[in-house]
Amino acid sequence: MLGTGLLVFREVLEAALIVSIVCAATRGVRGRGLWVGSGIGAGTLGAIVVAFFASAIAAAVSGIGQELFNATILLAAVAMIGWHAIWMASHGRELAMEMKGVGSAVQDGSRPLSALLIVVAIAVLREGSEVVLFLYGQAASGASVLEIAGGIAFGIICGVAVGFLLYFGLLRIPMRHFFSATNWLMLLLAAGLASQAARFLIQADVLPALGNRIWDSSAILSDHSLIGQALHTLVGYDARPAGMQLLFYAVTACAIALGMKLWGNARPQPHASA
Amino acid sequence: MLASGVAWAADYDAKLVIRDHKFEPVELTVPAGQKIKLLVDNQDATPEEFESNELNREKIVTGKGTITVFIGPLEAGRYPFFGDFHQETAQGVLIVK
Repeated sequence: MLGTGLLVFREVLEAALIVSIVCAATRGVRGRGLWVGSGIGAGTLGAIVVAFFASAIAAAVSGIGQELFNATILLAAVAMIGWHAIWMASHGRELAMEMKGVGSAVQDGSRPLSALLIVVAIAVLREGSEVVLFLYGQAASGASVLEIAGGIAFGIICGVAVGFLLYFGLLRIPMRHFFSATNWLMLLLAAGLASQAARFLIQADVLPALGNRIWDSSAILSDHSLIGQALHTLVGYDARPAGMQLLFYAVTACAIALGMKLWGNARPQPHASA
Repeated sequence: MLASGVAWAADYDAKLVIRDHKFEPVELTVPAGQKIKLLVDNQDATPEEFESNELNREKIVTGKGTITVFIGPLEAGRYPFFGDFHQETAQGVLIVK
């Protein structure tokens, strides 16, 4: 049961960390629970569908369907995060001021919450489909219902608990820095996802590696350790990155930072005083 | 065939079989400095995830399914890999010479 629980935990953890950042970034938004909940629900459904069609996906496009599918949804998530981060850069300061002043929910109709719903759904779908396949295998190999149910419960409870820790940790950031902090976190998250997308495209031989292993920091922080894995999800840490991954990381980070700077400064300063 | 020493862009084909949640062969030898096209044939009825931290690769292979994973070119050395869904038994090493 512990082995089952640990695998479920590792997958749930990755999704939970992403959901936590999204929850922090949507702090104070009315109805955000519904958005995030819908994302989790859609992702869970999607995970089951993807697991069901895993053979067909793997066989598609002469055997590289799995990589193309993963890279595509990762890059879709990157685009959604980028869009939201740039939007927030131009509205975040007003949001923070309103929240400080009024202390209540702020909702801007133009805020691209659907983008974040998609990000949550993709995170849950990716990790969830692995869990579904794994559990299917466990069940087929004769694992008991108790073992599987216990493993799921253990994994989800622990994974969600770490997510909550991150969320409440982020809430301690002072309000005047809050949205710029969560926005930078979103930027790093997007860059990391882009790097993962690049890795899949290298694995499928669609893109050149541009250097298989630019460095090896696994002796200091292994990808497989809990912290290594958390940082992998949050900021795209990779103990042995390929050159193309670094390129994707840098281009994504620069593009979003540039967008935040251009559109963030293009807006007039909010005149309200808090 | 490799005697000429000419570095063609052609991939080196290698194959792993998964049976009873174990890799066959446990140690797979491939040449250094060449791109490897690794075929993983899962003969079990249950899915597995071929994964390697050293190779920076992970890919699901469904029950009775096969996958292709491109690796390298690699420097000489030992590169462990494992089946993420059955780590107790599914362990192997890619030996690059």
